[in-house]
Amino acid sequence: MFGISRRAIGHGFSRAVHRYSHTLALLETSGSKITPSSLSALTAAKQIKKPITALLLGPDAAVAAPSVAELEGIEKVLVQSDARYEHYLPEQVAPLVVSLIKGENDKIKDVSSFVVAASAMGKGVIPRAAAVLDVQPISDITKVIDPNTFVRPTYAGNAILTVKTTDKIVMTSVRGSAFPATEAKSGSAAPIEEIAPVDSDCKTTWVSEQLMKSDKPDLSSAKIVVSGGRALKDKEHFDSLLNPLATKLGAAIGASRAAVDDGYCDNSLQVGQTGKIIAPDLYIAIGISGAIQHLAGMKDSKVIVAINKDEESPIFKIADVGLVGDLFTIVPELTEKL
Amino acid sequence: MSSKIKILVPIKRVIDAALKPRINKTHTGVESKGVKYSINPFDDIAVEEACKMRKNHKDLVEAIHAVSIGPGKAKEVLRTALAKGADTSTLVDVGEEEVEPLVVSKILKSFVEREGSNLVVLGKQAIDDDSNQVGQMLAGLLGWSQATNAAKITIGKDGIVEVEREIDGGVEVVKAPLPMVISTDLRLNEPKFVTLPKMMKAKKKPLEVVKPADLNIEISKRLETVSLEEPAPRKAGVMVNNVDELISKLKELKAL
Repeated sequence: MFGISRRAIGHGFSRAVHRYSHTLALLETSGSKITPSSLSALTAAKQIKKPITALLLGPDAAVAAPSVAELEGIEKVLVQSDARYEHYLPEQVAPLVVSLIKGENDKIKDVSSFVVAASAMGKGVIPRAAAVLDVQPISDITKVIDPNTFVRPTYAGNAILTVKTTDKIVMTSVRGSAFPATEAKSGSAAPIEEIAPVDSDCKTTWVSEQLMKSDKPDLSSAKIVVSGGRALKDKEHFDSLLNPLATKLGAAIGASRAAVDDGYCDNSLQVGQTGKIIAPDLYIAIGISGAIQHLAGMKDSKVIVAINKDEESPIFKIADVGLVGDLFTIVPELTEKL
Repeated sequence: MSSKIKILVPIKRVIDAALKPRINKTHTGVESKGVKYSINPFDDIAVEEACKMRKNHKDLVEAIHAVSIGPGKAKEVLRTALAKGADTSTLVDVGEEEVEPLVVSKILKSFVEREGSNLVVLGKQAIDDDSNQVGQMLAGLLGWSQATNAAKITIGKDGIVEVEREIDGGVEVVKAPLPMVISTDLRLNEPKFVTLPKMMKAKKKPLEVVKPADLNIEISKRLETVSLEEPAPRKAGVMVNNVDELISKLKELKAL
Protein backbone atom coordinates (compact mmCIF):
# COMPACT_ATOMS: atom_id res chain seq x y z
CA MET A 1 0.00 0.00 0.00
CA PHE A 2 2.88 2.26 0.86
CA GLY A 3 4.37 1.55 -2.54
CA ILE A 4 1.18 2.41 -4.33
CA SER A 5 0.76 5.74 -2.61
CA ARG A 6 4.35 6.63 -3.36
CA ARG A 7 3.84 5.86 -6.99
CA ALA A 8 0.67 7.91 -6.97
CA ILE A 9 2.53 10.90 -5.55
CA GLY A 10 5.31 10.44 -8.06
CA HIS A 11 2.87 10.32 -10.90
CA GLY A 12 1.05 13.44 -9.77
CA PHE A 13 4.32 15.29 -9.41
CA SER A 14 5.57 14.48 -12.88
CA ARG A 15 2.26 15.55 -14.35
CA ALA A 16 2.46 18.82 -12.48
CA VAL A 17 5.95 19.40 -13.84
CA HIS A 18 4.75 18.72 -17.34
CA ARG A 19 1.75 20.98 -16.98
CA TYR A 20 3.70 23.93 -15.58
CA SER A 21 7.07 24.10 -17.09
CA HIS A 22 8.03 27.43 -18.59
CA THR A 23 9.51 30.67 -17.33
CA LEU A 24 8.24 33.93 -18.78
CA ALA A 25 10.73 36.78 -18.37
CA LEU A 26 9.56 40.34 -19.00
CA LEU A 27 12.62 42.30 -20.13
CA GLU A 28 12.79 46.07 -20.18
CA THR A 29 14.22 47.77 -23.24
CA SER A 30 15.76 51.16 -23.75
CA GLY A 31 16.23 51.75 -27.47
CA SER A 32 17.85 48.68 -28.98
CA LYS A 33 19.29 47.67 -25.61
CA ILE A 34 18.04 45.58 -22.73
CA THR A 35 18.44 47.34 -19.39
CA PRO A 36 21.24 46.01 -17.13
CA SER A 37 18.73 45.07 -14.42
CA SER A 38 16.77 42.97 -16.93
CA LEU A 39 19.95 41.13 -17.92
CA SER A 40 20.48 40.32 -14.25
CA ALA A 41 16.87 39.16 -13.94
CA LEU A 42 17.53 36.81 -16.84
CA THR A 43 20.40 35.22 -14.93
CA ALA A 44 17.99 34.54 -12.05
CA ALA A 45 15.49 33.13 -14.55
CA LYS A 46 18.12 30.69 -15.83
CA GLN A 47 18.68 29.45 -12.28
CA ILE A 48 15.01 28.43 -12.15
CA LYS A 49 16.06 25.85 -14.78
CA LYS A 50 13.09 25.87 -17.07
CA PRO A 51 12.88 26.94 -20.72
CA ILE A 52 12.72 30.74 -20.86
CA THR A 53 10.47 32.81 -23.08
CA ALA A 54 11.46 36.48 -23.16
CA LEU A 55 8.72 39.08 -23.45
CA LEU A 56 9.54 42.46 -25.00
CA LEU A 57 7.03 45.30 -25.09
CA GLY A 58 6.64 48.69 -26.67
CA PRO A 59 7.97 50.47 -29.76
CA ASP A 60 11.60 49.53 -28.95
CA ALA A 61 10.75 45.84 -28.64
CA ALA A 62 11.25 44.86 -32.26
CA VAL A 63 14.58 46.70 -32.41
CA ALA A 64 15.88 44.96 -29.31
CA ALA A 65 14.51 41.50 -30.14
CA PRO A 66 17.42 40.22 -32.30
CA SER A 67 19.98 40.86 -29.56
CA VAL A 68 17.70 39.20 -26.98
CA ALA A 69 17.29 36.17 -29.25
CA GLU A 70 21.06 35.66 -29.05
CA LEU A 71 21.21 35.68 -25.28
CA GLU A 72 22.04 32.48 -23.49
CA GLY A 73 19.12 30.47 -22.20
CA ILE A 74 16.37 32.07 -24.28
CA GLU A 75 14.12 29.60 -26.06
CA LYS A 76 11.77 32.07 -27.68
CA VAL A 77 11.26 35.82 -27.87
CA LEU A 78 7.75 37.26 -27.86
CA VAL A 79 7.37 40.81 -29.11
CA GLN A 80 4.45 43.19 -28.82
CA SER A 81 5.34 46.60 -30.19
CA ASP A 82 2.07 48.50 -29.84
CA ALA A 83 2.52 52.09 -28.66
CA ARG A 84 0.20 51.42 -25.72
CA TYR A 85 3.12 49.60 -24.02
CA GLU A 86 5.61 52.42 -24.61
CA HIS A 87 5.82 53.63 -21.00
CA TYR A 88 5.10 50.27 -19.38
CA LEU A 89 1.94 51.50 -17.67
CA PRO A 90 1.07 48.62 -15.30
CA GLU A 91 -2.61 49.03 -16.25
CA GLN A 92 -1.59 48.04 -19.81
CA VAL A 93 1.22 45.58 -19.12
CA ALA A 94 -0.43 43.54 -16.34
CA PRO A 95 -3.42 42.35 -18.47
CA LEU A 96 -1.00 41.13 -21.17
CA VAL A 97 1.12 39.28 -18.59
CA VAL A 98 -2.01 37.78 -17.02
CA SER A 99 -3.28 36.60 -20.37
CA LEU A 100 0.05 34.92 -21.24
CA ILE A 101 0.29 33.21 -17.86
CA LYS A 102 -3.29 32.01 -18.13
CA GLY A 103 -2.36 30.31 -21.40
CA GLU A 104 -4.69 32.43 -23.49
CA ASN A 105 -2.04 32.89 -26.17
CA ASP A 106 -0.98 30.03 -28.44
CA LYS A 107 2.63 31.22 -28.51
CA ILE A 108 3.26 30.21 -24.92
CA LYS A 109 1.64 27.60 -22.68
CA ASP A 110 2.35 26.17 -19.28
CA VAL A 111 3.94 29.19 -17.63
CA SER A 112 4.92 28.25 -14.11
CA SER A 113 7.37 31.05 -13.35
CA PHE A 114 7.33 34.74 -14.11
CA VAL A 115 10.42 36.87 -13.64
CA VAL A 116 11.01 40.61 -13.95
CA ALA A 117 13.68 43.00 -12.66
CA ALA A 118 12.85 44.75 -9.38
CA SER A 119 13.03 48.09 -11.23
CA ALA A 120 10.39 50.81 -11.01
CA MET A 121 8.64 49.02 -13.91
CA GLY A 122 8.84 45.53 -12.40
CA LYS A 123 7.63 46.72 -9.02
CA GLY A 124 4.66 48.40 -10.66
CA VAL A 125 3.60 45.49 -12.83
CA ILE A 126 4.20 42.27 -10.92
CA PRO A 127 1.89 42.74 -7.89
CA ARG A 128 -0.93 44.01 -10.10
CA ALA A 129 -0.74 40.96 -12.37
CA ALA A 130 -0.25 38.60 -9.42
CA ALA A 131 -3.36 39.83 -7.60
CA VAL A 132 -5.49 39.20 -10.67
CA LEU A 133 -4.02 35.69 -10.89
CA ASP A 134 -4.52 35.20 -7.13
CA VAL A 135 -0.79 34.68 -6.57
CA GLN A 136 1.39 36.05 -3.77
CA PRO A 137 4.53 37.38 -5.52
CA ILE A 138 8.02 37.38 -4.01
CA SER A 139 9.78 40.76 -4.20
CA ASP A 140 13.40 41.56 -4.76
CA ILE A 141 14.96 38.09 -4.66
CA THR A 142 18.72 37.82 -4.18
CA LYS A 143 19.12 34.05 -4.57
CA VAL A 144 17.32 31.17 -6.25
CA ILE A 145 17.39 28.03 -4.08
CA ASP A 146 15.00 26.01 -6.26
CA PRO A 147 12.07 26.90 -8.53
CA ASN A 148 9.84 27.51 -5.49
CA THR A 149 12.33 28.69 -2.88
CA PHE A 150 14.06 32.06 -2.85
CA VAL A 151 16.12 34.32 -0.64
CA ARG A 152 15.19 37.95 -0.14
CA PRO A 153 16.29 40.63 2.33
CA THR A 154 13.73 42.14 4.70
CA TYR A 155 13.93 44.82 7.43
CA ALA A 156 16.16 47.05 5.31
CA GLY A 157 18.56 44.17 4.72
CA ASN A 158 18.92 43.41 8.43
CA ALA A 159 17.25 40.02 8.04
CA ILE A 160 17.70 37.53 5.22
CA LEU A 161 14.54 35.56 4.57
CA THR A 162 14.41 32.21 2.82
CA VAL A 163 10.88 31.68 1.63
CA LYS A 164 9.09 28.86 -0.17
CA THR A 165 5.94 29.48 -2.12
CA THR A 166 3.00 27.11 -2.33
CA ASP A 167 1.47 28.98 -5.28
CA LYS A 168 1.25 27.03 -8.54
CA ILE A 169 2.58 30.01 -10.41
CA VAL A 170 5.71 31.59 -9.00
CA MET A 171 6.11 35.32 -9.58
CA THR A 172 9.33 37.02 -8.56
CA SER A 173 11.05 40.33 -9.03
CA VAL A 174 14.84 40.18 -9.06
CA ARG A 175 17.33 42.46 -7.34
CA GLY A 176 19.74 43.41 -10.12
CA SER A 177 22.79 43.86 -7.93
CA ALA A 178 22.52 40.28 -6.66
CA PHE A 179 22.93 38.56 -10.04
CA PRO A 180 25.51 39.06 -12.81
CA ALA A 181 24.20 40.11 -16.23
CA THR A 182 23.49 37.38 -18.77
CA GLU A 183 26.02 37.48 -21.60
CA ALA A 184 25.37 37.03 -25.28
CA LYS A 185 26.13 33.53 -26.53
CA SER A 186 27.50 32.68 -29.92
CA GLY A 187 25.59 30.41 -32.26
CA SER A 188 21.95 30.07 -33.07
CA ALA A 189 19.37 32.66 -32.18
CA ALA A 190 15.99 31.89 -30.64
CA PRO A 191 12.90 32.45 -32.79
CA ILE A 192 11.16 35.82 -32.54
CA GLU A 193 7.38 35.87 -32.69
CA GLU A 194 4.97 38.78 -32.71
CA ILE A 195 1.97 38.52 -30.38
CA ALA A 196 -1.25 40.48 -30.29
CA PRO A 197 -1.82 43.23 -27.73
CA VAL A 198 -4.36 42.60 -24.99
CA ASP A 199 -7.18 45.06 -24.45
CA SER A 200 -7.43 46.69 -21.05
CA ASP A 201 -9.74 49.29 -19.60
CA CYS A 202 -6.77 51.48 -18.75
CA LYS A 203 -7.81 55.03 -17.94
CA THR A 204 -4.35 56.17 -16.95
CA THR A 205 -2.42 58.29 -19.38
CA TRP A 206 1.26 59.02 -19.44
CA VAL A 207 1.92 62.75 -19.46
CA SER A 208 5.66 63.37 -19.38
CA GLU A 209 8.97 62.40 -17.91
CA GLN A 210 12.08 64.16 -16.80
CA LEU A 211 15.11 61.96 -16.85
CA MET A 212 18.33 63.05 -15.30
CA LYS A 213 20.98 63.64 -17.90
CA SER A 214 24.42 62.52 -16.92
CA ASP A 215 27.76 61.75 -18.51
CA LYS A 216 28.46 59.38 -15.59
CA PRO A 217 27.81 55.61 -15.63
CA ASP A 218 24.38 54.42 -14.51
CA LEU A 219 24.22 54.19 -10.71
CA SER A 220 22.57 50.75 -10.64
CA SER A 221 25.21 49.02 -12.73
CA ALA A 222 28.37 51.07 -12.06
CA LYS A 223 31.50 49.26 -10.84
CA ILE A 224 32.54 52.20 -8.71
CA VAL A 225 30.23 54.61 -6.86
CA VAL A 226 31.19 57.83 -5.14
CA SER A 227 28.46 58.85 -2.74
CA GLY A 228 27.94 62.04 -0.79
CA GLY A 229 25.96 62.96 2.32
CA ARG A 230 24.84 65.97 4.29
CA ALA A 231 28.36 66.87 5.39
CA LEU A 232 29.03 68.20 1.88
CA LYS A 233 27.00 71.22 3.03
CA ASP A 234 25.42 72.32 -0.25
CA LYS A 235 24.95 71.55 -3.93
CA GLU A 236 28.03 73.53 -4.97
CA HIS A 237 30.34 71.52 -2.73
CA PHE A 238 28.58 68.27 -3.67
CA ASP A 239 29.22 68.91 -7.35
CA SER A 240 32.67 70.48 -7.10
CA LEU A 241 34.07 67.76 -4.83
CA LEU A 242 32.35 64.61 -6.11
CA ASN A 243 32.32 65.26 -9.86
CA PRO A 244 36.11 65.38 -10.39
CA LEU A 245 36.64 62.32 -8.17
CA ALA A 246 33.92 60.36 -9.98
CA THR A 247 35.29 61.38 -13.37
CA LYS A 248 38.78 60.26 -12.41
CA LEU A 249 37.50 56.88 -11.21
CA GLY A 250 34.94 56.41 -14.00
CA ALA A 251 32.42 56.19 -11.19
CA ALA A 252 28.71 56.88 -10.83
CA ILE A 253 27.56 59.40 -8.24
CA GLY A 254 25.22 58.44 -5.42
CA ALA A 255 23.82 60.21 -2.38
CA SER A 256 22.25 59.74 1.02
CA ARG A 257 18.66 60.75 1.63
CA ALA A 258 19.83 63.81 3.56
CA ALA A 259 21.77 65.05 0.54
CA VAL A 260 18.80 64.50 -1.76
CA ASP A 261 16.34 66.15 0.63
CA ASP A 262 18.59 69.17 0.96
CA GLY A 263 18.67 69.49 -2.81
CA TYR A 264 22.35 68.66 -3.41
CA CYS A 265 21.38 66.31 -6.25
CA ASP A 266 18.54 64.54 -8.04
CA ASN A 267 16.24 62.06 -6.24
CA SER A 268 17.20 59.27 -8.59
CA LEU A 269 20.71 59.24 -7.11
CA GLN A 270 19.50 58.22 -3.65
CA VAL A 271 21.07 55.02 -2.36
CA GLY A 272 19.18 53.14 0.34
CA GLN A 273 16.17 51.09 1.38
CA THR A 274 13.85 53.43 -0.49
CA GLY A 275 16.22 54.46 -3.23
CA LYS A 276 18.60 52.41 -5.34
CA ILE A 277 20.02 49.20 -3.96
CA ILE A 278 23.47 48.70 -5.39
CA ALA A 279 26.48 46.45 -4.94
CA PRO A 280 29.43 47.95 -6.83
CA ASP A 281 33.03 46.72 -6.53
CA LEU A 282 33.97 49.92 -4.74
CA TYR A 283 31.70 52.28 -2.78
CA ILE A 284 33.17 55.48 -1.40
CA ALA A 285 30.93 57.09 1.23
CA ILE A 286 31.84 60.72 1.75
CA GLY A 287 30.30 62.60 4.64
CA ILE A 288 27.64 59.93 5.14
CA SER A 289 26.94 58.85 8.73
CA GLY A 290 25.50 55.45 7.80
CA ALA A 291 21.86 55.24 8.97
CA ILE A 292 20.40 51.73 8.55
CA GLN A 293 18.21 52.92 5.68
CA HIS A 294 21.31 54.01 3.78
CA LEU A 295 23.28 50.86 4.62
CA ALA A 296 20.40 48.79 3.21
CA GLY A 297 21.24 50.17 -0.21
CA MET A 298 25.00 49.60 -0.32
CA LYS A 299 26.22 47.14 2.28
CA ASP A 300 26.71 44.36 -0.26
CA SER A 301 29.35 46.42 -2.06
CA LYS A 302 32.64 44.51 -2.39
CA VAL A 303 34.85 47.20 -0.86
CA ILE A 304 33.46 50.09 1.18
CA VAL A 305 35.47 53.21 1.94
CA ALA A 306 34.24 55.76 4.46
CA ILE A 307 35.53 59.30 4.76
CA ASN A 308 34.00 61.13 7.70
CA LYS A 309 35.15 63.54 10.38
CA ASP A 310 33.22 61.76 13.13
CA GLU A 311 35.03 58.58 14.12
CA GLU A 312 31.89 57.38 15.92
CA SER A 313 29.83 57.32 12.70
CA PRO A 314 28.12 53.94 12.15
CA ILE A 315 29.46 53.89 8.57
CA PHE A 316 32.91 52.96 9.98
CA LYS A 317 31.43 49.73 11.38
CA ILE A 318 30.89 48.34 7.90
CA ALA A 319 33.69 50.12 6.04
CA ASP A 320 36.65 48.07 4.83
CA VAL A 321 38.80 51.16 4.85
CA GLY A 322 38.04 54.20 6.97
CA LEU A 323 39.63 57.61 7.06
CA VAL A 324 38.69 60.12 9.76
CA GLY A 325 39.15 63.71 8.72
CA ASP A 326 37.89 66.75 6.91
CA LEU A 327 36.37 65.73 3.58
CA PHE A 328 36.95 69.23 2.16
CA THR A 329 40.70 68.59 2.22
CA ILE A 330 40.71 64.79 1.84
CA VAL A 331 38.56 64.55 -1.30
CA PRO A 332 40.57 67.04 -3.42
CA GLU A 333 43.80 65.39 -2.27
CA LEU A 334 42.44 61.94 -3.17
CA THR A 335 41.30 63.17 -6.59
CA GLU A 336 44.73 64.70 -7.17
CA LYS A 337 46.69 61.59 -6.20
CA LEU A 338 44.66 59.01 -8.12
CA MET B 1 -16.26 65.71 -10.78
CA SER B 2 -19.58 64.10 -10.33
CA SER B 3 -19.06 62.74 -6.86
CA LYS B 4 -17.11 63.60 -3.76
CA ILE B 5 -13.81 62.06 -2.81
CA LYS B 6 -13.84 59.41 -0.13
CA ILE B 7 -10.33 58.45 0.87
CA LEU B 8 -9.21 55.17 2.38
CA VAL B 9 -5.82 55.20 4.11
CA PRO B 10 -4.36 51.83 5.05
CA ILE B 11 -1.66 52.00 7.72
CA LYS B 12 0.68 49.44 9.26
CA ARG B 13 2.29 49.18 12.68
CA VAL B 14 5.96 48.28 12.25
CA ILE B 15 9.16 48.15 14.29
CA ASP B 16 10.40 51.73 14.58
CA ALA B 17 12.54 52.78 11.61
CA ALA B 18 15.48 53.74 13.81
CA LEU B 19 15.79 50.26 15.35
CA LYS B 20 17.74 47.30 14.12
CA PRO B 21 15.51 44.23 14.52
CA ARG B 22 16.75 41.17 16.42
CA ILE B 23 16.11 37.76 14.92
CA ASN B 24 14.52 35.22 17.27
CA LYS B 25 16.28 32.04 18.44
CA THR B 26 14.21 29.74 16.24
CA HIS B 27 15.02 31.81 13.12
CA THR B 28 11.37 32.14 12.22
CA GLY B 29 10.87 35.84 12.81
CA VAL B 30 12.07 38.88 14.72
CA GLU B 31 11.81 39.60 18.45
CA SER B 32 8.82 41.77 19.27
CA LYS B 33 9.05 41.94 23.07
CA GLY B 34 10.23 45.24 24.48
CA VAL B 35 10.62 46.70 20.99
CA LYS B 36 9.35 50.14 20.03
CA TYR B 37 6.72 50.11 17.29
CA SER B 38 5.52 53.05 15.18
CA ILE B 39 3.41 53.84 12.18
CA ASN B 40 5.17 52.75 8.97
CA PRO B 41 6.91 55.97 7.78
CA PHE B 42 5.41 55.80 4.27
CA ASP B 43 1.93 55.39 5.76
CA ASP B 44 2.51 58.45 7.93
CA ILE B 45 3.13 60.33 4.69
CA ALA B 46 -0.09 58.84 3.25
CA VAL B 47 -2.15 60.05 6.22
CA GLU B 48 -0.56 63.48 5.97
CA GLU B 49 -1.33 63.66 2.26
CA ALA B 50 -4.96 62.63 2.72
CA CYS B 51 -5.38 65.37 5.34
CA LYS B 52 -3.62 67.86 3.09
CA MET B 53 -6.01 66.99 0.25
CA ARG B 54 -8.95 67.80 2.49
CA LYS B 55 -7.37 71.06 3.60
CA ASN B 56 -6.82 72.09 -0.01
CA HIS B 57 -10.13 70.76 -1.35
CA LYS B 58 -12.63 71.22 1.47
CA ASP B 59 -15.53 71.02 -0.95
CA LEU B 60 -14.26 67.83 -2.56
CA VAL B 61 -13.01 65.52 0.16
CA GLU B 62 -15.92 64.05 2.03
CA ALA B 63 -14.37 61.41 4.26
CA ILE B 64 -11.07 59.89 5.35
CA HIS B 65 -11.18 56.39 6.75
CA ALA B 66 -8.05 54.75 8.18
CA VAL B 67 -7.64 50.97 8.33
CA SER B 68 -4.99 48.89 10.00
CA ILE B 69 -4.57 45.14 9.96
CA GLY B 70 -2.60 43.89 12.92
CA PRO B 71 -2.61 43.14 16.65
CA GLY B 72 -4.73 45.02 19.23
CA LYS B 73 -1.81 47.39 19.75
CA ALA B 74 -2.20 48.70 16.20
CA LYS B 75 -4.97 50.86 17.69
CA GLU B 76 -2.15 53.27 18.58
CA VAL B 77 -1.30 53.95 14.93
CA LEU B 78 -4.99 54.43 14.16
CA ARG B 79 -5.24 56.98 17.00
CA THR B 80 -2.34 58.83 15.40
CA ALA B 81 -4.16 58.86 12.06
CA LEU B 82 -7.35 60.11 13.75
CA ALA B 83 -5.39 62.82 15.55
CA LYS B 84 -3.94 63.93 12.23
CA GLY B 85 -7.36 64.30 10.70
CA ALA B 86 -8.87 60.96 9.68
CA ASP B 87 -12.59 60.89 10.50
CA THR B 88 -13.12 57.24 11.26
CA SER B 89 -11.02 54.10 11.57
CA THR B 90 -11.10 50.34 11.70
CA LEU B 91 -8.72 47.83 13.17
CA VAL B 92 -8.84 44.39 11.65
CA ASP B 93 -7.59 42.45 14.65
CA VAL B 94 -5.53 39.51 13.43
CA GLY B 95 -3.57 39.02 16.66
CA GLU B 96 0.10 38.28 16.15
CA GLU B 97 -0.53 36.73 12.74
CA GLU B 98 1.51 38.11 9.85
CA VAL B 99 -0.76 38.77 6.91
CA GLU B 100 0.65 38.52 3.40
CA PRO B 101 0.11 41.40 0.93
CA LEU B 102 -2.38 39.39 -1.18
CA VAL B 103 -4.68 38.92 1.82
CA VAL B 104 -4.13 42.51 2.96
CA SER B 105 -5.26 43.73 -0.44
CA LYS B 106 -8.35 41.50 -0.33
CA ILE B 107 -9.24 42.92 3.10
CA LEU B 108 -8.69 46.46 1.83
CA LYS B 109 -10.88 45.77 -1.18
CA SER B 110 -13.70 44.87 1.19
CA PHE B 111 -13.24 48.22 2.95
CA VAL B 112 -13.18 50.13 -0.31
CA GLU B 113 -16.55 48.58 -1.11
CA ARG B 114 -17.98 49.10 2.38
CA GLU B 115 -16.83 52.72 2.69
CA GLY B 116 -17.57 53.61 -0.92
CA SER B 117 -13.98 54.86 -1.25
CA ASN B 118 -12.83 56.20 -4.61
CA LEU B 119 -9.27 57.05 -3.65
CA VAL B 120 -6.82 54.89 -1.71
CA VAL B 121 -3.63 56.57 -0.48
CA LEU B 122 -1.06 54.26 1.07
CA GLY B 123 2.66 53.86 1.65
CA LYS B 124 4.76 52.45 -1.18
CA GLN B 125 6.21 49.78 1.09
CA ALA B 126 6.28 48.65 4.70
CA ILE B 127 9.76 48.88 6.17
CA ASP B 128 9.50 45.44 7.81
CA ASP B 129 8.80 43.06 4.92
CA ASP B 130 9.92 45.55 2.21
CA SER B 131 7.48 43.99 -0.29
CA ASN B 132 6.16 47.06 -2.11
CA GLN B 133 3.07 45.17 -3.29
CA VAL B 134 -0.19 46.06 -1.54
CA GLY B 135 -1.11 49.21 -3.48
CA GLN B 136 -0.55 47.58 -6.86
CA MET B 137 -2.38 44.39 -5.81
CA LEU B 138 -5.36 46.37 -4.55
CA ALA B 139 -5.49 48.38 -7.78
CA GLY B 140 -5.35 45.11 -9.71
CA LEU B 141 -8.16 43.52 -7.71
CA LEU B 142 -10.32 46.62 -8.13
CA GLY B 143 -9.34 47.23 -11.75
CA TRP B 144 -8.45 50.82 -10.83
CA SER B 145 -5.68 53.10 -12.03
CA GLN B 146 -2.52 53.01 -9.98
CA ALA B 147 0.22 55.56 -9.39
CA THR B 148 3.07 54.27 -7.25
CA ASN B 149 5.99 56.18 -5.71
CA ALA B 150 4.11 59.48 -5.75
CA ALA B 151 6.25 62.57 -5.17
CA LYS B 152 3.48 65.07 -5.98
CA ILE B 153 -0.30 64.72 -6.28
CA THR B 154 -2.51 67.33 -7.90
CA ILE B 155 -6.28 67.04 -7.99
CA GLY B 156 -7.53 68.99 -10.97
CA LYS B 157 -10.80 70.91 -11.30
CA ASP B 158 -11.87 68.40 -13.92
CA GLY B 159 -11.51 65.61 -11.36
CA ILE B 160 -8.42 64.24 -13.04
CA VAL B 161 -5.64 63.38 -10.64
CA GLU B 162 -2.11 64.07 -11.81
CA VAL B 163 0.71 62.24 -10.07
CA GLU B 164 4.43 62.83 -10.35
CA ARG B 165 6.12 59.47 -9.78
CA GLU B 166 9.69 58.69 -8.91
CA ILE B 167 11.13 56.25 -11.43
CA ASP B 168 14.62 54.81 -11.93
CA GLY B 169 16.22 57.63 -13.91
CA GLY B 170 14.16 60.60 -12.72
CA VAL B 171 10.43 61.35 -12.54
CA GLU B 172 7.42 60.74 -14.74
CA VAL B 173 3.95 62.24 -14.64
CA VAL B 174 0.78 60.20 -15.16
CA LYS B 175 -2.85 61.21 -14.87
CA ALA B 176 -6.09 59.35 -14.36
CA PRO B 177 -9.66 59.98 -13.35
CA LEU B 178 -10.84 58.60 -10.00
CA PRO B 179 -11.13 55.94 -8.73
CA MET B 180 -7.47 55.23 -8.19
CA VAL B 181 -4.81 53.89 -5.84
CA ILE B 182 -1.80 56.08 -5.07
CA SER B 183 1.25 54.94 -3.12
CA THR B 184 3.48 57.49 -1.45
CA ASP B 185 7.20 58.04 -1.74
CA LEU B 186 9.31 59.79 0.88
CA ARG B 187 9.40 63.13 -0.84
CA LEU B 188 5.64 63.58 -1.13
CA ASN B 189 5.45 65.58 2.10
CA GLU B 190 6.86 65.95 5.60
CA PRO B 191 4.49 64.52 8.19
CA LYS B 192 3.87 66.83 11.12
CA PHE B 193 3.99 65.78 14.74
CA VAL B 194 0.67 65.32 16.46
CA THR B 195 -0.04 67.70 19.33
CA LEU B 196 -1.36 66.46 22.66
CA PRO B 197 -4.74 68.22 22.43
CA LYS B 198 -5.33 66.63 19.03
CA MET B 199 -4.36 63.26 20.45
CA MET B 200 -6.90 63.75 23.28
CA LYS B 201 -9.64 64.71 20.82
CA ALA B 202 -8.83 61.70 18.67
CA LYS B 203 -9.84 59.45 21.56
CA LYS B 204 -13.44 60.47 20.90
CA LYS B 205 -13.31 59.61 17.22
CA PRO B 206 -14.65 56.25 16.01
CA LEU B 207 -12.27 53.29 16.18
CA GLU B 208 -14.07 50.11 15.29
CA VAL B 209 -12.52 46.68 15.81
CA VAL B 210 -13.44 43.78 13.54
CA LYS B 211 -12.19 40.23 13.08
CA PRO B 212 -11.18 38.86 9.68
CA ALA B 213 -14.09 36.40 9.95
CA ASP B 214 -16.50 39.38 10.09
CA LEU B 215 -15.25 40.31 6.62
CA ASN B 216 -15.57 36.75 5.29
CA ILE B 217 -11.90 36.73 4.40
CA GLU B 218 -9.76 33.76 5.22
CA ILE B 219 -6.23 34.50 6.33
CA SER B 220 -4.25 31.86 4.53
CA LYS B 221 -0.58 31.83 3.70
CA ARG B 222 0.99 31.16 0.33
CA LEU B 223 4.54 31.69 1.52
CA GLU B 224 6.31 29.53 4.05
CA THR B 225 9.27 30.91 5.99
CA VAL B 226 12.14 28.45 5.67
CA SER B 227 14.46 30.57 7.76
CA LEU B 228 15.28 34.10 8.81
CA GLU B 229 18.95 34.84 9.34
CA GLU B 230 21.27 37.69 10.14
CA PRO B 231 23.12 38.87 7.04
CA ALA B 232 26.67 37.53 6.80
CA PRO B 233 28.90 39.89 8.78
CA ARG B 234 31.53 41.87 6.91
CA LYS B 235 35.17 41.37 7.76
CA ALA B 236 36.45 44.01 10.14
CA GLY B 237 37.86 46.99 8.28
CA VAL B 238 40.98 49.02 8.87
CA MET B 239 41.40 52.69 9.64
CA VAL B 240 44.02 54.58 7.69
CA ASN B 241 45.66 57.87 8.65
CA ASN B 242 45.95 59.72 5.38
CA VAL B 243 45.13 59.73 1.68
CA ASP B 244 48.35 57.93 0.67
CA GLU B 245 47.58 55.07 3.01
CA LEU B 246 44.02 54.99 1.69
CA ILE B 247 45.17 54.66 -1.90
CA SER B 248 47.74 51.96 -1.14
CA LYS B 249 45.16 50.02 0.91
CA LEU B 250 42.69 50.17 -1.99
CA LYS B 251 45.37 48.90 -4.34
CA GLU B 252 46.13 46.08 -1.92
CA LEU B 253 42.41 45.18 -1.92
CA LYS B 254 42.46 45.37 -5.75
CA ALA B 255 39.67 47.92 -5.58
CA LEU B 256 41.65 50.38 -7.71
